[in-house]
Amino acid sequence: MSPTPTTATTALDRTTWSRPPVFFTHPAARYGFWFALAAYLVWSTGTLNIDWARTAQGLPRAGDMLARMFPPDFSRSELLIKGVLESLQMAFAASFIGMILAITLGLAAASNLAPRPVYLVARSLIVLSRTFHEVIIAIFFVKIVGFGPLAGLLTLIVASVSFISKMIAEDIENMNMGQVEAVRATGASFPKLLLYAVQPQILPRYLGVCIYRLDANIRHSTVVGIVGAGGIGMTLSATFKRYDYDFSLAILLTIIALVFIGEVFSTWVRSRLR
Amino acid sequence: MNTGAQSSGSYPDIWRRFSPAESVVRTLWLMLIVFTAIWSLRNLDITWEYFLDAHIQAGDLLTRMFPPDWGHTGQILDPLLETIHIATLGTIVSFAIAIPLAFLSARNTTPNWLTWFIGRFFLVSSRSINTIVWALVFVAIFGPGAMAGIWAIAFRSIGFMGKLIAEAIEEVDEGTIEAIEATGASRLKVLLIGVLPQVMPVIYGTTIYRWDINIRESTVLGFVGAGGIGIELYSSINLFRWPEVAVMLIAVLLVVIVSEFVSATARQKIT
Amino acid sequence: MLKISDLVKEYPGGLRALDGISLTVSEPQVVAVIGSSGAGKSTLIRCINRLVEPTSGSVRLDGEELTTLSRRALRRARSHIGMIFQEYNLVERLTVMENVLSGRLGSVSLWQAFRRNYPSEDVSAAFELLDRVGLKGRHDDRADALSGGQRQRVGIARALMQKPKLLLVDEPTASLDPKTSRQIMRLIYELAHERGTPALVNIHDVALAQASADRVIALSDGTQVFDGTPEGLSPEVLNDIYGEEDWSATIRKVDDDDNGDENGDTEAPVEKSKPAPRDIVRNGAVAE
Ligand SMILES: Nc1ncnc2c1ncn2[C@@H]1O[C@H](COP(=O)(O)OP(=O)(O)O)[C@@H](O)[C@H]1O
Ligand SMILES: [Mg+2]
Repeated sequence: MSPTPTTATTALDRTTWSRPPVFFTHPAARYGFWFALAAYLVWSTGTLNIDWARTAQGLPRAGDMLARMFPPDFSRSELLIKGVLESLQMAFAASFIGMILAITLGLAAASNLAPRPVYLVARSLIVLSRTFHEVIIAIFFVKIVGFGPLAGLLTLIVASVSFISKMIAEDIENMNMGQVEAVRATGASFPKLLLYAVQPQILPRYLGVCIYRLDANIRHSTVVGIVGAGGIGMTLSATFKRYDYDFSLAILLTIIALVFIGEVFSTWVRSRLR
Repeated sequence: MNTGAQSSGSYPDIWRRFSPAESVVRTLWLMLIVFTAIWSLRNLDITWEYFLDAHIQAGDLLTRMFPPDWGHTGQILDPLLETIHIATLGTIVSFAIAIPLAFLSARNTTPNWLTWFIGRFFLVSSRSINTIVWALVFVAIFGPGAMAGIWAIAFRSIGFMGKLIAEAIEEVDEGTIEAIEATGASRLKVLLIGVLPQVMPVIYGTTIYRWDINIRESTVLGFVGAGGIGIELYSSINLFRWPEVAVMLIAVLLVVIVSEFVSATARQKIT
Repeated sequence: MLKISDLVKEYPGGLRALDGISLTVSEPQVVAVIGSSGAGKSTLIRCINRLVEPTSGSVRLDGEELTTLSRRALRRARSHIGMIFQEYNLVERLTVMENVLSGRLGSVSLWQAFRRNYPSEDVSAAFELLDRVGLKGRHDDRADALSGGQRQRVGIARALMQKPKLLLVDEPTASLDPKTSRQIMRLIYELAHERGTPALVNIHDVALAQASADRVIALSDGTQVFDGTPEGLSPEVLNDIYGEEDWSATIRKVDDDDNGDENGDTEAPVEKSKPAPRDIVRNGAVAE
């Protein structure tokens, strides 16, 4: 990135140094890149609707906000606990339902097991649901089943199914077909083939992916509430509307703790699965 | 022709895959998982009646979207461009912040344990808070608009990129660093000359990867007023203008898929 | 027992891997199928249990036509045809016992298979087979903890668990060192004769084929160019199969191998009391 000083380069030449620069080895290319970047910055910031006067107030406002955030207000613990619990419950239930539904979709999306039309339909479903952000999916579920945790639960289920099934499908496509052929040659039916040749090959990674998804669901469960789909996010977004910043901070700290615990747990379980 | 097993009776005829203790442990795990799921479902405040006609509602919603209001295409081009700008600028900002923070959070380059802890704390906080929650914060600071969006994207990406870059720094070849230190170079020079070039591929790869995630994230920033296509999408949904919504969804689909493709191609070129 | 007539396999793209093969195996014998790489050996074997669908022709096993079976009937037929592979193809994350018992998958219910709850006669047969192939006590090891030769022994046990009417063996030794290769081939030979099961063994090592088969068939470009006793493989015949070359070294090696084999068992002992395959053939002890 930064042009290397010549003195240091000679110093490097005498050492074990081996990796050549990866990008922009030619000076012209390097200057071209910086020029293009500058041009893009000018163009994009010019196009954006930015209220510079309002932006200028940002720093004092941020200071004011921080001042109001401290000390965080944990006194409304009942509301806090209820929201967190709801988020957690959505995450647990969605992960469980998702990991079961994903088995079918994952099988259907594996090109080496599923018939062509089934494969195409399954793949399109996965691509479609993975393209749209959880919050977009959440708002549609809010429109369909109304405000509340059901919409959030359904959102997380959709996200989990598409994520886990994509991983399952990839694993199945990469599995050793010789083992499958051997079990098929014993006269095993398709379900037995799944039990004896497919499941053993993909199970450890499948479980790892499910645990990872639980972790991701805990993180996402805190945001679907922003469009009314239940959980602590609903409470959080209300505090911002009321300028109730000390409660906001309490919620944010709780979320950070929750996500941290989820991540540690998920890493621990996945390391034990190896 | 087939004599089958010449049973001598001396071989065990019972075999269990798991010992009784193993079976108990497995059953307990299974029960724990199932009970957690059931407990979660039962305690969620869900009106299941709404669920019963959900498929009708969903079908109704889909039929209302067709035909998409193609005339609306012209009006969404600007917000769409804004979405891409927010993602790109946010990624650039986070690039600038994440690199120093990564050096602070990598064990082999951080000055002392306190700086390491501070670095890690920022990275963890950044990652724990979702982009859209960051957007809530920055809308409160900068007011509604793209500025809030850019900072929201940047603040969430710092933790993501910082963590991956710090991991790469920790794997840097120590020999090179020592060799440069031996030349009497200052600490900063060691970082710039010895470490940075080695992790540059990771930095580029991570940045491009995060950029395409950010494109997807920035499509919803507008839901909390932080700019981009989300603003129009949210208002069209709330006004039940489904044919317009359909056009925007298709646009989002295209932009996300194209950016994913661009990102994948670019990353392939690097490695 | 096995009667193949006019078997043709044309792969998509027009390649005729089998061009009208006819072959009858009417006694429990080990038939080595030799031929250079790409001759169609694997295709022939796979066309029998229809892991590869033959294009035309007929395959009859104990009078039953296999090529026209429905999927369900084909599964039942496959459950009586054991198969042994070059890459062993054990399910690596399963235990040795599960791999051996998987030979019974065609005859147990889905629930039994899921619970690993096999009938007691299957379990004792599996233990006996593991003992017979020299893996006593290894039943709870994971398959990927075994050496190549040991894996192939499990592969053999799995195939025999099926109580097969026919063994299909595709290059069983191509991934093994020479000594282990001979042990494995001898094991296959002995078991085929002990159980009266005919075996079709693909093998590209001419010396090994001569040493461990009752009959040799040679394929070249999808057609059969030789069918006879191992002794009948003269240099002239081999020239027909593989093209001009000096065969004296290859053929002499057969005898060297045989002598060296007597005390060559290092990996896992196969019962020493049994005579070596060639001797069995020479004495005619098990012919018919
Ligand atoms: N799945 C396949 N599709 C197309 N051609 C194949 C396929 N499998 C094998 N072949 C071709 O058929 C011929 C015979 O192959 P094979 O039976 O594997 O020979 P061998 O086992 O004697 O080495 C070869 O030319 C090979 O390239
Ligand atoms: Mg072959």
